[in-house]
Amino acid sequence: MIPARHSFLEATARARVRGLLDAGSFREFCGPAQRRTSPHLPALGMPVAFDDGIVVGEGTIEGRPVLIAAQEGAFMGGAVGEVHGAKLTGLLERALDTRPDAVVLLLDSGGVRLHEANAGLIAMGEIQRAVFDARAAGIEVIAVIGGRNGCYGGTSIVARSCDRIIASEEGRLSVSGPEVIEAVEGIEEFDAQDRALVWRTMGAKHRRLTGEIDEIVADDIDAFRSAVAAVLGAPRPFDLDALEAEHARLAGRVARFKGAKDAREIWAALGVNDPDRVSDIEADEFNRLVAVLEGDRP
Amino acid sequence: MERLEFRFAGRPGTPLSADGEALVGVVGSGNLEVMIERADLGGACEASVDTSIHGFGDTWQQVIGDFVERRGLANIRLSINDGGATPAVVMLRLDQAWAGLGEKAP
Repeated sequence: MIPARHSFLEATARARVRGLLDAGSFREFCGPAQRRTSPHLPALGMPVAFDDGIVVGEGTIEGRPVLIAAQEGAFMGGAVGEVHGAKLTGLLERALDTRPDAVVLLLDSGGVRLHEANAGLIAMGEIQRAVFDARAAGIEVIAVIGGRNGCYGGTSIVARSCDRIIASEEGRLSVSGPEVIEAVEGIEEFDAQDRALVWRTMGAKHRRLTGEIDEIVADDIDAFRSAVAAVLGAPRPFDLDALEAEHARLAGRVARFKGAKDAREIWAALGVNDPDRVSDIEADEFNRLVAVLEGDRP
Repeated sequence: MERLEFRFAGRPGTPLSADGEALVGVVGSGNLEVMIERADLGGACEASVDTSIHGFGDTWQQVIGDFVERRGLANIRLSINDGGATPAVVMLRLDQAWAGLGEKAP
């Protein structure tokens, strides 16, 4: 019998929060009944959401205290507006006072809500600063990516500012989205309709192989929960040495792969015997492959 | 956007017996969110609808009125953000909201 899976991809933000936290432990901040809605959308004749497309609050995972946020991807593509951003920033700032074992960000977003222009952009800067303030205080910030919108634009920058990223194969991570690249560089450079191309360029498996995502899990809320629980309270170093080491790693990566025309060439160079199969294998087999590759590294 | 406000008689004189709220659905194309709250309205029910589609006030009144009557509701406030949902979807969400409120009953 196949064990029941509860898809993270298909779930709403609220269902994801309920599924990740211990039953009954969630306490929401600035909940929908407070009606903290966007001040900008009505001026544009657009409907608002009572929670501005994000759920924030506190709870426990396996009894350990966490702060948690979940973007609702079905509302305006999870895009970050002024109120949405303030809720996220406020949650991260709260961590300085309550010192949870981690702040967990369930990201599902195309980036800044362009309808809110400068307010959305400012919000993104504030979120990133708040992530760094939390990390500087020794509080772990974990990004989780597995929603339909992936993690793009400013939200992708926020994700990469976190201690670590956990994602499902369905997750995508990139600053510019496929349509943006196609519009700017032309369809010869990037065909946004080619989903295989999109996933092998921005998909979570590629990001795992190139060291931007830390762990791949199956599209299953319990799998995400276990992965988050396993790394709670283990913040990564956040100092000048860590930053310089990361810059050196990225410089080395550019030098090593700058001639590659396709992600499969990079995978082959990393030691993957059959790059064409990478897209097809399940999370378990993929993780065994990664373990072998990383074990082979000097 | 169009804002619509409705008031239904409900069960006049019914005292407020509990509090709580529930939120269901997400605002998107063809979808809506419904927040249902218990409030002391003297047994009446109120609904406010913000919808992106103009000119369907009568339809909203009938759908919500039918829901209030069918469930025998009193002291309920409904707040709706709508992205152009059809009446069938609206009715589904209203029933879902009522079920969600029931889960939270003391």
